[in-house]
This record gives sequence, C-alpha cells and structure tokens, in this order.
Amino acid sequence: MKRLRWIAMAVLLLVALLGGWLLTGPHRAAPPSRVDSTVSAAMLKDPALVARGGYLATVGDCVSCHTEQGGPPFAGGRALPTPFGSVPAPNLTPDRATGLGDWSFEAFWRALHEGIGRHGELLYPAFPYTSYTRVSRDDALAIFAYLQSLPPVHHVAGSPSLRFPYDLRKSLLAWRAVYFKAGAFKPDPARSAAWNRGAYLVQGLGHCNECHAARDAFGGSTAMPLSGGRIPVQDWYAPDLGTQAHGGLEGWSTQDIVDLLKTGQSAKGAAFGPMAEVVARSTQFMHDDDLQAIATYLQSLPPRPAPPARGTVPDAAAMDRRGGEIYAERCADCHGKDGTGVAGVYPPLDGNSAVLDPAGINAIRAVLLGGFPPVTGGNPRPYSMPPFAQQLDDRDVAAVVSYIRGAWSNRAGPVQQRDVFRYRHTPVQ
Amino acid sequence: MDIRDGKGTRRGWRHAAALAVALLAASLAGAPVRAAAPGDDAPHVPDTLQQRIAACTACHGPHGEGTPDFFPRLAGKPAGYLARQLGYFQAGLRKYAPMEYMVRQLSPAYMREIAAYFAAQQVPYRRSPVPALPTAVLQRGEQLATAGDPARRLPACQGCHGRTLTGVEPDIPGLLGLPYDYLSSQLGSWRTGTRAAAAPDCMATIANRLTPADITAVSAWLASREVPDDAHALPAGSVQPPLACGVLGGGAAAGQGAAP
Ligand code: HEC
Ligand code: HEC
Ligand code: HEC
Ligand code: HEC
Ligand code: HEC
Repeated sequence: MKRLRWIAMAVLLLVALLGGWLLTGPHRAAPPSRVDSTVSAAMLKDPALVARGGYLATVGDCVSCHTEQGGPPFAGGRALPTPFGSVPAPNLTPDRATGLGDWSFEAFWRALHEGIGRHGELLYPAFPYTSYTRVSRDDALAIFAYLQSLPPVHHVAGSPSLRFPYDLRKSLLAWRAVYFKAGAFKPDPARSAAWNRGAYLVQGLGHCNECHAARDAFGGSTAMPLSGGRIPVQDWYAPDLGTQAHGGLEGWSTQDIVDLLKTGQSAKGAAFGPMAEVVARSTQFMHDDDLQAIATYLQSLPPRPAPPARGTVPDAAAMDRRGGEIYAERCADCHGKDGTGVAGVYPPLDGNSAVLDPAGINAIRAVLLGGFPPVTGGNPRPYSMPPFAQQLDDRDVAAVVSYIRGAWSNRAGPVQQRDVFRYRHTPVQ
Repeated sequence: MDIRDGKGTRRGWRHAAALAVALLAASLAGAPVRAAAPGDDAPHVPDTLQQRIAACTACHGPHGEGTPDFFPRLAGKPAGYLARQLGYFQAGLRKYAPMEYMVRQLSPAYMREIAAYFAAQQVPYRRSPVPALPTAVLQRGEQLATAGDPARRLPACQGCHGRTLTGVEPDIPGLLGLPYDYLSSQLGSWRTGTRAAAAPDCMATIANRLTPADITAVSAWLASREVPDDAHALPAGSVQPPLACGVLGGGAAAGQGAAP
C-alpha cells in the first residue's frame, strides 16, 4: 500500500514536471524511411535470415496477440484487455496501407527496443516492449525480415479505447519514467552459455515476466522478476517460477519444465488458461536446447521467502468434510485418492502450483471451466476435465478447492465462496 | 501418496515402488511418463476417445444424446457439420463461452476425430416439451418447412435439410429431434450475429427473412414432429439448395466442407 502511494506521488510529480514539455511535444528524430534505411530490401530477402526470424517470432509469440480470433495470422485486431481499456494489436504483415509495408528496419527496431511507433508516438505497454527491449538488434532484424516475407493482408486493426487520461499517448511519458528503461541484455560471464541463453529468452523474447510478475495499480511491474502475480482483467494467476525453497515451482526438475513447455503436460502439472496458449503457439516449437536453457535459468532463481501462515474460514471443519466428500465422489477417479494424478494423463494435485497459487484463482477457475491441456506435437490427443460450473454451486466449489489446497502435502489457505462467485462471472477471454 | 496415517502403508509402498519404476523409466527415456506402470493402483484410465473427451460428454451426454432442455444433441449429426461447428466456436463465428474455451487449443485433426465419434453414435431420440400453440401457428410452421413462403422469398426448409428433414451428408444437419428452445435460439443467433457460417451465409439470410412469429411457428412445428425410425442424414447430393451456401460451396472457412 505504502509503495503504491509512493508511486502515485511520483507519477503525479512527473506529470506536473513534464507538463510544459508535453505541450510542445518531444522532439524525436524520425526514423529513416524505407529507401534511406541502412537495411536494403535485398538483405531482407535472405532465406536464412527469414527462416531464423520465423523461429524467433515464434519464440516471441508475436502471432498470439497480433491475430484476431479466427482472423489471418499477424494481421492484427485482437484487443488486449487492460484495466484502463483495451488496446488492439496492429497489423504486422507488409501491407502498405494498414501494416508494416512502409516501415524501415530502423522504425521497427525503435518500436521493439524503445516502444515508440513509426510517427514518434509512445506505444502502450500492452505491447511487451518492456521485455523485448532486451532482444538483440540481430534477432530483431531477423524477425523484421520474416514479417516482411509474409503475404500482405489489408486489415485495419482499430484504435485503442482507453479511459482518460490513458487515452492520451503522452500520458505514457510519466509511466515510462517509472517503469521502463530501454536496455540490452547483459550476459553474465560467470554463468554457463546455457544459463545466459535461458536468461536472454526468459527476460527478452519469451516475455515470461509480463505475466509472471505482479502489476500494480498503474499496470507496471516493480515486483521481483518472475515472482508470480495476478493477470489483471483476465483474472488468472501466473505462478512464481522459482524452483527452489518456497518457489511456485518448488521441486520441479529441469525435465519437468522442458516437458511442460514442449508438450503442455508434465509430471508436476498441465498448462491451461493463458499458459495453454503460450505453449500451443510458442514454446512447443522451441528447439530442445532453448528449452533446456530456459529450464537451466529458472532452476537458478533464488529461494523465496516463506509464505504467511494459512488462514481459516469460520466453519473450516465442516467445509473440509464436505470438500473431502466431493473430492472422493467427483475428482478422485482422475486425480487419484492421494492427489497423485495419472502419469502422462491426469495432472497431480498434490504439490501442483495451480492448486497452491496464493490467490486461489487458478484452482477455482480450473474446476469451474474444466478443459483440455493444449494439443501439441508431444500430446496430440489430450485427455480432458469436465467443467463443474453447472454441477457444483459456489459453496461446493469453495469446499472442494479448499480441500485440495490443504490435503496431502499441500498447505495453502482455503478459498471463500465469494471468490467462486466472482470467478464464475469472470468473462472467459 | 498418503502414508501419514499409517493405514494405507501397504498401498503406499506399492505406490512408491510403481512411482520409482515410472520415474526410472522417465529418466531413461527422457520423456514424460506415458502410461501408468502395471500394478500401479492409481486410477485405471481407459485409452479410449470417450475417456479423453470426458469434458464434452459432461454436457452433451456420453453418446452425445444431449439434454431435452439445453445441451444440443450431437449423436448422428453429419461429421462434416460437427467438425465445422467446432472450428466456428474456435474462430468466434459461433458464440458460447464455455464451448469456445473448450475447443480453443484443439487441433483440426483432433476436432475431426471427435466429430466422427459423435456422428457415429446411435441413440434414440427423446421428445422434448413444445409450447402449447394454436393450430394455425403450427400450420404456418409446417408451411414454412415444407413449402416456404414465396412472398417473403423464403425457400422451404426441406429444400436443403432434405425431404425427411433429417439432414444431408456431409454438411447439412437434421432439424428433427431438436428441442424447441434450441431451434428458436439458433435462428435467433443468426439474426443477432452470435452465430454465423462461411459466406454466403444462407441460414443468416433465411433467419433474417423469418419474422419472430415465424421462428416460433417453424421451431414449434419441427420440435413437435415424430422422428422417423431412420433418422440418418440423406446421402450427399440429395438436394439442390435453392440459395447459395458458403458451407456447401467449398468456400468453407474451416476447410471441412465439401460440395454435395
Ligand atoms: C502481449 C501481446 C503482444 C505480443 C506478444 C506482441 N505484441 Fe506487438 N503490439 C501489441 C499491442 C497491443 C500493440 C499496440 C500498442 C499501441 O497501440 O500502443 C503492439 C504494437 C506493435 C508494433 C507497432 C506497430 C504499429 O503499427 O505501431 C510492432 C512493430 C509490434 N507490436 C511488433 C511485435 C513483434 C515483432 C512481436 C513478437 C516479437 C510482438 N509485437 C508481440 C501486443 C503484442
Ligand atoms: C500470457 C501470460 C503468460 C506468459 C507470457 C507466460 N506464462 Fe507461464 N503461466 C501463465 C499462467 C496464467 C499460468 C498458470 C496456469 C497453469 O498452471 O498452466 C502459467 C504457468 C506456468 C508454469 C507452470 C505450469 C503448471 O502446470 O504448473 C510454467 C512452468 C510457466 N508458466 C512457464 C512460463 C515460461 C517459461 C514463460 C516464458 C517463456 C511463460 N510461462 C510465459 C501465464 C503466462
Ligand atoms: C475426467 C477426469 C477429471 C476429473 C473427473 C477431474 N479432473 Fe481435474 N483435471 C483433469 C485434466 C485432464 C486436467 C488438465 C486440464 C487442463 O490442462 O486444461 C485437470 C486439471 C485440474 C486442475 C488444474 C491443475 C493443472 O495442472 O492443470 C485442478 C485444480 C483440478 N483439475 C481439480 C479437479 C477437481 C477439484 C475435480 C473434482 C471436482 C476434478 N479436477 C475432476 C481431469 C479431471
Ligand atoms: C459447458 C457445457 C458444454 C461443454 C463442456 C461442451 N459443450 Fe458443446 N455445446 C454446449 C452448448 C450449450 C451448445 C449450444 C451453443 C449454442 O447455443 O450455439 C453446444 C454446441 C455444440 C456443438 C454444435 C451443435 C450443433 O448442432 O450445431 C457441437 C458440435 C459441440 N457443442 C461439441 C462439443 C464438443 C466436441 C465438446 C468437447 C470438446 C463440447 N461440445 C463441450 C455445451 C457444452
Ligand atoms: C439454402 C439451404 C438451406 C435452407 C433453405 C435452410 N437451411 Fe437451415 N441450414 C443450412 C445449412 C447449410 C446449415 C448448416 C450451417 C452451418 O454449418 O453452420 C443449416 C443449419 C440450420 C440449423 C442449425 C442446426 C443445428 O443443429 O444447430 C437450423 C436450426 C436450421 N438450419 C433451420 C432451418 C429452417 C427452420 C429452415 C427453413 C425455414 C432452414 N433451415 C432452411 C441450409 C439451409
């Protein structure tokens, strides 16, 4: 709370200080046009460069945001929800009127590295340039070459619909002063090549931190990197990615992480919600050495502080009994009486990060929505979980989720009926 | 495994042994554990499609029989039609959030396999409640279904859905044995744009030419019909569609539609 207030004051101060400058406008040099660019059209046609760029664009998962539901890939239009309104992702195909057809590489680099659009406008951080700023210029060039090789699609993505003052792009000057600094990835020579590659991918192109760290009231993140957090508006909890003591992935082996990212399933849990999309569109296609590198890096994240002691609900004992009964009747067939799941088929619930998430969101939503882990090359015909939204009322969902959070070796606090009510009405995005 | 209470100890050991075997196998293979080791007393999971799609059958019934009030029947509908609907939920052409979430990360191949499963199911039809309506309304419904209404440029439903109204392979669904609420709400969704099919969307044209009273009439008449003993869709090519339909003309967005 204190920190929030501090940030609020800092932002106000900055707004006041920058006010005068805002009126005259920042004087940014325009990037060179396509013809004046140091990167010629011929260079961009190099097939090896284009192929490398295709892989890197997949690692960066550009297609997820830059494609409308059912629309042509990369042609934009998907509205990214933020607490301040929604921002559509633009068309990245080389269409001259509606896409990147007239962009020079320099303009593209400035967008990715500095979050500044072609006409000098500040871009909203719904575009994760806060992570992409660490992408190397060489990699950015390959991605640009790939995007320019796509068939042009004429498609207007639409414009942001945000509340005042967020609708003024210049209001981002203050935001950027607090939350964003353009910078390059700095390798750590004391670490292995795999660790450095993993750190580069996780912190840069993979933009894992955009979901896996808490955001504050201004939509920025000053939290410890990868320490987990609620995804605003979408209301999912992206867990802490530490694998050591008290980490969200405590006890995960390198192989568990690789399995999850490659197949959508692992001995420790299955991917669902937004993570299912990340796996389906991006990580399943990563090369094995890149997946190993990511796992190596995550394994090195430091131990986390112990969580606060478990809370209680007024009629905890009764809830627990009811929860145990529902579990035996409706869940144990798949997840096992002891919460161990069935290897390769049903995820374990004992020690599962989705069950233990501090906010209790994921387990509640998993029970309400059910679903399939993503279809991947390694798991082409996944098994599924029935949705329980119709079969269990709020009280019963709270009971069974509280039960699995406290059963076996799990030690997470119970969830409340009002939480279930809330997530039952969260739109599925 | 729970060996804290001391009771489940034997089970616990067996479990631990099985787990050890499985872990060893996994570390040797370097791949996720595929099947539970023999002797494991973890739940036995049949390797069947029906088991895999427990999520679908929770709402639509184990054989896709549907429920009289709300969940549509899938059993016996043409496979091409079913697969295309799954693609439409994925692409947002059809809107129903739990369905959209369910199919979001499924591949076209898996969706086709699931569609074929439901298309092959044979389960008797159940009668569902039809609102009590004056005979004149039901007659209007029959007229629309069997003769159409030239004044409103409405072709007969039979013109596409087949003489028996049981559909036409592989793309046109039957209209008999569906609940009144389902029929009227689907026609309503075409009018409000929450259901769409590949352009030209003939059903959207038809639904927009029907008045709300016509929708009630035709839905009630269809829902009150006996389902014939042979409720299978007619063979491909049984109809000459009186309007152009994208899903029949090969321009199907989901790619499963074949011209009859
Ligand atoms: C989490 C969603 C998300 C991902 C992932 C994402 N983008 Fe974007 N991107 C956006 C949004 C939203 C905007 C629009 C920002 C604005 O309007 O201020 C945007 C804007 C851009 C722009 C500026 C385009 C213009 O017309 O101004 C470029 C270039 C861009 N993205 C490239 C990429 C590339 C390359 C990748 C993959 C490496 C990528 N994006 C991944 C959401 C995303
Ligand atoms: C769009 C948001 C988003 C992005 C980007 C994202 N994650 Fe996640 N991730 C989630 C959410 C939400 C969950 C919780 C749901 C689950 O367990 O599948 C999660 C869960 C996980 C899990 C645990 C899965 C389990 O079964 O317990 C791992 C491991 C993980 N993410 C790794 C990564 C890595 C590595 C990256 C970057 C390459 C990444 N994530 C990027 C949202 C995201
Ligand atoms: C028919 C088998 C089945 C039944 C019954 C079932 N589940 Fe699941 N459960 C699954 C599958 C498969 C997943 C993975 C789903 C995904 O990844 O989207 C899953 C995922 C979960 C998750 C998220 C964990 C993860 O790693 O994905 C939780 C929590 C959960 N189930 C709890 C329950 C509870 C509580 C019940 C009973 C009310 C229940 N399940 C009943 C099959 C089942
Ligand atoms: C939460 C309950 C629920 C689950 C789970 C569910 N469905 Fe549905 N499904 C519905 C409802 C309700 C509709 C009707 C939606 C509408 O009004 O358009 C529907 C519609 C359909 C249709 C279109 C039927 C037609 O005649 O046009 C198909 C096909 C379908 N579902 C298949 C599936 C498959 C396959 C799965 C599993 C992958 C599944 N459903 C899971 C509730 C569900
Ligand atoms: C020109 C051909 C044509 C005519 C005439 C026609 N339909 Fe259809 N109808 C179709 C096609 C094609 C579909 C499948 C649409 C899809 O794939 O989404 C369909 C689907 C439907 C469905 C959805 C069924 C389900 O299981 O969800 C309903 C309901 C329907 N039609 C009702 C009618 C009624 C009532 C009439 C007469 C007033 C009619 N149709 C006349 C071609 C036609």
